[in-house]
Amino acid sequence: MPALPLDEAGQYVAGAYVVFLLLILIYVAIIGAKVARIQRQVAELLELTDEPETGAGRSAQPARSRDAGGRESSSGRGAGSPAEVIARGPEPEAPR
Amino acid sequence: MYSRGFRPIAIATVLFTALAFGLVFFYAPLDGDQGFIQKIFYVHVPMAIVALCGFVAGGIMAIKHLRSGDRSWDMRSYVAIHLSIILGTGVLITGAIWAKASWGHWWLWDEPVLVSFLIVFLLYCVYYPLRFSIEDPDRQARYSSVFAIAAGAFVPINFVAVRLAEQITHPRVLSQTGGSMPGEMRLTFLVCLVAMTLLFVTLWKLELTSKQASMQLKRLRGRLELRAEERAATQASR
Repeated sequence: MPALPLDEAGQYVAGAYVVFLLLILIYVAIIGAKVARIQRQVAELLELTDEPETGAGRSAQPARSRDAGGRESSSGRGAGSPAEVIARGPEPEAPR
Repeated sequence: MYSRGFRPIAIATVLFTALAFGLVFFYAPLDGDQGFIQKIFYVHVPMAIVALCGFVAGGIMAIKHLRSGDRSWDMRSYVAIHLSIILGTGVLITGAIWAKASWGHWWLWDEPVLVSFLIVFLLYCVYYPLRFSIEDPDRQARYSSVFAIAAGAFVPINFVAVRLAEQITHPRVLSQTGGSMPGEMRLTFLVCLVAMTLLFVTLWKLELTSKQASMQLKRLRGRLELRAEERAATQASR
């Protein structure tokens, strides 16, 4: 004779599997949100690299950007020549 | 770097997870003693095994970091431990649900398996404040690796200690007789274990890829600002 009748046991089994699925879904959603933020930031940087160079006038114009938390910030500096920087590629990584 | 082979692993994960769910609910027989409640076993035990292996894997990666000085190993270790803690949370919750249904209690403090897993889990919870209280990235990676190695060594010791302890309520699954499982149950369990392992690897790669992209972006932004500063300084000096 099983410990619990099927209708009662079903609630516990469903609860356990829902917990598992929820954990995975929340985790994937958080990673998905991070990836979306990265995509947004990459798009912003690409926009900067697509803008034509205008010399002194350009460096006087503040470049608006978003920080890691997604807040908009103004660096107060020109964009320089980002295409060269992008072409050079990333340095070895630092965790965190 | 980390996204290599991601797609086939992700596809295998989806296929194995679907197969595992199918086997659990349509193939594996009902347990004679526990009945339908025993189905929790197929999610609870693989999750516990993968979480504990993830902790040990984190320790091995930390050894690689200390031996090579390559900080990417520290990040691999960190993500493995992070994921294992998430799975560990799942183990504790699903275990509590199973315990309530089977034993009538959410938790039993005199059961070595439960308490030892909680100790391992809490030990690894300390990893976060330790890691993020250190600002210097080199020291942070080094200290975290030392912790991951020490805690990783504790996991198998703990496992053996629990095996040696007297069994009170919680059954031993990985025994020499295979937990006396019939063939269908054992097959279902093994498929669930493979699915959980694949899920762990997929999520591990996903988080590593996301973290690497985020760091590269941060570095790129820093370089752009530096370059802009240099350009502005040059123009001002003219």
